[in-house]
Parts: sequence; structure tokens; C-alpha cells
Amino acid sequence: MIVEFGHYALVLAFALAVLQTIVPFVGARAGDLRQMAMAPNLAFAVFAALALSFAVLTWGYVTSDFSLLNVVENSHSQKPLLFKITGVWGNHEGSMLLWVLILALFGALVALFGSNLPPSLRAMVISVQGLITVAFTGFILFTSNPFERLSPAPFEGNDLNPILQDVGLAIHPPLLYLGYVGFSVCFSFAIAALIEGRIDAAWARWVRPWTLAAWVFLTAGIAMGSYWAYYELGWGGWWFWDPVENASFMPWLAGTALLHSALVMEKREALKVWTILLAILTFSLSLLGTFLVRSGVLTSVHAFASDPTRGVVILGILIFFIGGALFLFALRSSTLSNGGMFHPISREGGLVLNNLILTTATATVFVGTLYPLAVEALTGEKISVGAPYFDATFVPLMIPLLIAVPFGPLLAWKRGDIFAALQRLYVFAGIALIAGLATLWLADGLPLLAAFGVAVGFWLLFGSFADVWQKSGLPKAGFSKAMARLGGLPRSVWGTALAHAGLGVTVLGIVSVSAFQEEHVLRMAPGDTTELSGYSVAFDGASARQGPNYTEDVATFTVTRAGAHVATISPAKRLYTARGMPTTEAGIHTTGFSQIYVALGDPVEGTNQIVVRLWWKPQVTLIWLGPVLMMFGGLFSLSDRRLRIGAPKPSAKRREALAAAE
Amino acid sequence: MTRKQKRFTVIFGALAMLGIAVALVLTALSEQVTFFRTPADVAAAPADSAGRIRLGGLVEMGSVKNAEDSGVEFAIEDATDRIVVRYAGILPDLFREGQGVVAEGKMQADGTFLADTVLAKHDENYMPKEVADRLKEQGYWQGEEASATQ
Repeated sequence: MIVEFGHYALVLAFALAVLQTIVPFVGARAGDLRQMAMAPNLAFAVFAALALSFAVLTWGYVTSDFSLLNVVENSHSQKPLLFKITGVWGNHEGSMLLWVLILALFGALVALFGSNLPPSLRAMVISVQGLITVAFTGFILFTSNPFERLSPAPFEGNDLNPILQDVGLAIHPPLLYLGYVGFSVCFSFAIAALIEGRIDAAWARWVRPWTLAAWVFLTAGIAMGSYWAYYELGWGGWWFWDPVENASFMPWLAGTALLHSALVMEKREALKVWTILLAILTFSLSLLGTFLVRSGVLTSVHAFASDPTRGVVILGILIFFIGGALFLFALRSSTLSNGGMFHPISREGGLVLNNLILTTATATVFVGTLYPLAVEALTGEKISVGAPYFDATFVPLMIPLLIAVPFGPLLAWKRGDIFAALQRLYVFAGIALIAGLATLWLADGLPLLAAFGVAVGFWLLFGSFADVWQKSGLPKAGFSKAMARLGGLPRSVWGTALAHAGLGVTVLGIVSVSAFQEEHVLRMAPGDTTELSGYSVAFDGASARQGPNYTEDVATFTVTRAGAHVATISPAKRLYTARGMPTTEAGIHTTGFSQIYVALGDPVEGTNQIVVRLWWKPQVTLIWLGPVLMMFGGLFSLSDRRLRIGAPKPSAKRREALAAAE
Repeated sequence: MTRKQKRFTVIFGALAMLGIAVALVLTALSEQVTFFRTPADVAAAPADSAGRIRLGGLVEMGSVKNAEDSGVEFAIEDATDRIVVRYAGILPDLFREGQGVVAEGKMQADGTFLADTVLAKHDENYMPKEVADRLKEQGYWQGEEASATQ
């Protein structure tokens, strides 16, 4: 009975979403305020119906209701409660339901926070948001219904794929979806602006916080996914340039570009048409990602569904939204007026460079991801494009951008002075040079590339604070005055510095691991000891253990350094009984920013030896620490009062700081 | 700078960037692409399999052996041919005799295949897509359609 409620709520959400699309649109076109005023309530109602539907599915999982096909296929009564709940979105149907739930959430948030938007713009945005909800709710209802019943109900379920039975599943997909789907708001704003034929700096001020929020979530989601793959799959890798990873990375790159171009539009009313196009492209790439992951054209851990009809339907939705949006863009973009011009060497110029590089980099990732599909469709030849392609295209394109980043915030709007910026940066260039030379001196051999990478990392890490340093007036201004100035700086200045520095931290982590990691694969019997980058790792033995829905063999390794005990690491091999599926649980010990990573292989037949894979991963955690800094940078910017709609006046403190910085 | 010159600078920059990207992409696609081959393909046209390839097929029953120096050796077979693969690493969790596998690496002069990656499967039902398609073409493996919906 409860299950039918959930199903009914889903149908209701679909019907309400149709209303949410039509009524506000008609109202906005006819200038009917009453119809426009219905938009927020409809958005809330759709969200409520979808939330109810999602809650019912969760209930089915928690109570192990095996009359639901979806629960049978992906759950097991012995599964721990956390994984029963996360299992809701650990499959195709449930994850699509989460996707539309988040979509409706963003629709409702626009309705909630949009009270000071012009009524017709708000109605139009909510209407477009409604149209996307209609498409995807319809997709769920007609091709992937999670409420499908099974009769007779079996006594036990098939369990969730063991790789997904991890806290990572509780965090990674919701964060990723908040990011992916968050860009739908920018898309809706762009479409609304095109339909209305009106766009100004205020539009950019409304769009920027949404972009920033989606970007923060997407950053967190990608970083989390990367760390999850790193510790769960037992291959010791953190990024594989797998098509599914690229599917989330492309919207991130485009979203980063959008974040920066919206800035130009807000401040200088330039790049209007470009910003609209980027907003459309960013969400289009999110949709493309959904298609790639959900259609089963790719094989990966994420490809739950390989039912071809689903793929075709999503492709249809994709073509409708992307094609429709680009058509509208071609039709209407010429009506948008051009903004102010600027000198190529200026803040705007810097941001344009950022956009050029980020979009070309996105394009190279796009080509690398879709080329194999295209080749197979056209010639039947099966090829794969892996890391070497991306190392040869994406990386060289990004290097000039990384070097240019610290210059950006130092250039003035309209017309900047590159030599003045250089003058303020030479100290940081010196730090970078020293770091690079130190790498050459400390490491064996002549790792020129690594030294260059380390220099770029330090340049970004410290150079990003050049703007803040300059605005503090140190060392001339004196400590207390400088502190007061720093406290009075707009938070977005701090946000920029933090996010850019985070990029540097990630670069340092990547360079360090790629250049200096140590890897050993060897056979070890209990009592054996091996050396790993100055540590001794001893294999003590293995024992069997019983988990709630698995059995495991846990090996114990003792790590010592110069005789002193450092850590005990316990990697394991698990066998999930319901599916008879083995998994590898890596053993990881973190020391400083570095990690010792141990994964178990198979026992060697006829001996008491076991194959062991050991890694020394220097500064590996920096790879994920960087995104954490970027996120905080984003959140800091988001809390800037300039972005809080309805607070246009700068505070007295900030005016003082601005005056001081001038 | 006049308005025209400023616009020209931006357009020129964009074109230059695009040109560099296209050059990089074309070079990388001609050099860094890995072709998928089955043992029968390799036997038929060895020259096409000289570079880095992905070798796919079924793991021959009873062929998995521990080699010297902590590596493993196994054979990949399809309807007509077999190739011995050497790999110095840990086999993926779901590596099984008689099941589909994809190994990435290079053919050696002695006719064996030196793999640096053996692709892991994520699911007990999962058959690497390329392998499933090719073996079905050869009529060597029928697969269970039901298992593909997982």
C-alpha cells in the first residue's frame, strides 16, 4: 500500500511538473501576474511529491520489501542499515529518482530565494526548470520505474554490488548530482533570458551564486569519487581518464569557465552572449554525462543500465534540450546588446584567456571521450583512448593557464599593467624557482618535468595570495593596520585566493605522486619483510573474519622505521556471500601528507605465500586537499555580501578596505 | 588600440588556441589510440597489432600459472587462436578462467603478449563490451542477455 503511494506521488509530480512548465510560461508571455505567481507554489508541490516518492522507495529498502523488483535486485536483508539506505541510489532507477529530486529541489530553491527577481524572469526560470523535470520524471515513469512489483515476492534479495557497499556511496552521488543538476538553474536562467530577450548585469548577479554553489558541490563530488576509487578499487590510482570520470569533469571545466565569465558580465557587462552560451553548454555537458553513464554505451562501474531503449530515450531528451537551447540561442542571441570593450591586457582579458583555455581543454576531453564511440559507429573498429591521449593534449593546454592564474587578480579592470603585476609577483616566482631547484637537488637523477611541476605548484600556491598580500599593505602598513585591512577585504577576494591556491596544492600532489611514487609487487610469506622508501614492512600473517554479509581474509602488516613501530596495516580480501563476489580492501596508512598503500593479491598455490602490492605515495593526499581548499574558496565567495541578493550596498568596513586598496 | 584591434586580438588569440588544440588532438589521436584485437585478429594481421593494443577474449581453462618473479601467465583464447599473456601485477578480483578479459600491452617478438594492465571487471556478470561483441560475432560465446541488464 505504501509503495503505491510512492508510485502515485511520482505520477502526481509528473502532472504537476507539466503545470509548472505551462502556467508560468503562459503567464510570463501574457504578463498575467496571477499565473506567474503560481510558479513558486507549483515548484514547491513538485518537490514535495518527489520527496514523498523518494521517501517511500527508501522505506521499501529499509524494510527490505522484496515485493519491489528494484529492492530485490539491489538489496539484501542482512545488509547494514547505512547500505540499505544508500542502496536506494546505488542502481539505475533509484539514482534517476535522486537526480530528479535534486532537480526539483533546485526549482524550489529558485522559487524560495527568487522573490526579488523580476516576476516574469522568475516565472520563466521556474517554467524551464519544470520542463526538465517533466522530461526526466517521464523517463523514470515510462522506462525505469523503481516501483515495479514482483509477484510472488522472493524471500531474499540479490544484494548490492559489493564495490558500492561503502560510505562513499552515501556521499559521492548526492554531491555529484547537486553539482551536475545545480547547473540546470544556470541553464534555465539562460533560456529565460533568451526568451525574454533581455539580459543585464543584474542577471549575472543572480546567476553567479547558483553557478558557484553547483560548482562547489561538483568539485566536492568529483574529489570524493576520486578518493573513493583510490581506496576501494585497490589499484592505487586516483584518476583513470575513464569516460565516466570525464563525463563529470567536462561540466566542471565548463562550469569553472562560466564562473569566471559571469564575473566579467557582472562587473563590466561584457561577454553577455558568451556567458549565455557557456551556461547552456555547461548543463548540456551535465546531460551528456547523464547519457553516457545511464545509457550503457560505456562499460564501467557506473553503467548500471544497458537496456538500449533507455539509452535512446535519454538521447532523445538530450537532443531536445541541447538542440532546442542552441536553436533558441542562434535565433535570439543577436538581440542582446554588446557590452563594454576592454584592452587585451586587463582583468577582462585575463578572464577571457581563462575561458579560452578552459573551453579548449573541455573540447579535447570531449573528443577523447567520444572519439571511440564515433569510430565504432562509423567503421566498426574498436579502439580505446586512454591516459596517454589526455597527457598529450589536456596537460599541455592547462600549463599556460596554471602559470597565468596568479596574474589575473592583479590586473585592473579595463586596462591592466602586466609589468606592474610582474613586479608584485617576482617574490613568488623566486619561491617557485627555489622549490623547483630544491626538487632537482633532492631527487635522484634529473627529473626536469617533476621540478617544473613542483615550481608551477608553488607558484600557484603562493602567487594566489599576491593580491591579498598587496591589499594588506604589508610590510609598510604595519601589522595591526594590515590585519584590519585583511579583515575588511571582500570575502570573494579571499575566496579567489583560496580556490587558486587549492589548484596549486592539487598540482603539487599530482606531480609528487606521478614522479616519485614507489611500487613493489612481490610474494610474501608470514614473517617476510620488505623495504619501502625507508620503511620496513613486515607481513605478520592472515586470519579469517566474518562480516555482516561477507567473509574476509585479513592480513596484518607491521610498518617500522629504523626499528620504531609506525603503524599496523590490515588489508583484506572479502567475499560477499550473496553474489559470491570478491573485493579487495586496501590497507592505507597516512603519514603527513603521504600514504603507504597495501593491496592483497591471490595466494600462490602450493605455498604459504601471497602476492602483495605495496605503494609509497608521497604527498598523495594533497590531490584531494586541493579540492577541499577550492570548495572553501567557493563557499567564502558565496558568503560575500555582494552576491547576497538584496544587499547591494557595501558595508562601511569594506568601503574603507576598497579605498585602501585603490 | 582601436576597438577593431582589440576585437582582432581576442579573435586571433581564440584561433591560435584552437589551432594548437587541434594539432595536439590530431597528433595524440594518431599516436596514442589503442586498438582492440582478439587473438584471431593478431594471427590474421600481425602488422596491425604491432603497437600498443588491447587484447581481449576468454581466459583459457587451466592456463593460469604463477610465473617467475611474482608475475602470472595465462592464455587468452577465442574461436580459433590463443595467445599467452605475461603480466607482472595483481590480477583483478573477478579474473576467472573461462571468462572474458581484456589485457592492455604489446605483442613480443616471441609471440607472447606482455600486459601492463589487465582490466578489472566491476561485477560478476560483467563481460567487457568489446569482448562480448566480438565473441558473439564469431559465434564462440552466446552470453546471457539477462545478465547484461544488471
